[in-house]
Amino acid sequence: MTAPRDPRDELPEHLPALRAFGISLTRNATEADDLVQETIVKAWSNFDRFQAGTDLRAWLFTILRNTFYSDRRKKRREVADPDGLHAQTLFDKPHHDGRLAMTDFIRAFDQLSPEHREVLMLVGANGYSCEQVSEMMGVAVGTVKSRTNRARARLAQLLHLEEGEGLLDAQTAATMAVMTRSGVQAA
Amino acid sequence: MTRTSAKSSLQQQIDENLKRVFEESLHQDVPDRFTDLLAQLRAKERANQDKEAQK
Repeated sequence: MTAPRDPRDELPEHLPALRAFGISLTRNATEADDLVQETIVKAWSNFDRFQAGTDLRAWLFTILRNTFYSDRRKKRREVADPDGLHAQTLFDKPHHDGRLAMTDFIRAFDQLSPEHREVLMLVGANGYSCEQVSEMMGVAVGTVKSRTNRARARLAQLLHLEEGEGLLDAQTAATMAVMTRSGVQAA
Repeated sequence: MTRTSAKSSLQQQIDENLKRVFEESLHQDVPDRFTDLLAQLRAKERANQDKEAQK
């Protein structure tokens, strides 16, 4: 075991992930940047509370999501992007690899509540365990599990994919290199 | 080829796409304002430490 580094030195390495997590909550790069800025300032003045050797990224994610929800309560502002403008501006690259079409996926993801996007990003994309996420969110493990299941189900519903429906498995998908977007939708 | 159940395969695809959504944002350039902010915070901290030392 190497000695834990000063979290102040380590912080810059986590900025891209912190920003990506912010974007997944706000679906807006400008708002995400403000959120990251607030998170950095808060983290800096609270580093004495950070337990050396624990997951700094998880700690930063926790500050960011708490800031996001408290700002949201204060502002009571709608941050959703119902027209999927974000999807159009950031994700216009075509994906013809036989998997779920990315633009459709993003559009569905944008329609989820921030709470659903949050658990999906933490559990699904970042691979945190439900136990870790429950600590980050300050809720019961069971809540994280059921919320993650509901979020996945909602996403599948928005993508018109029924759970249990015979869908391409990843290996099949990988071999079907030139499947068009319409083909995927028909699947 | 081992086939997983349809459900977990769907979940796997969803998670793969979630990873891609995350990575897409991850690979964007981090704005300079954060580097500047960190430099400011460090400078402030150093100034405070100096003040403490002079006491």
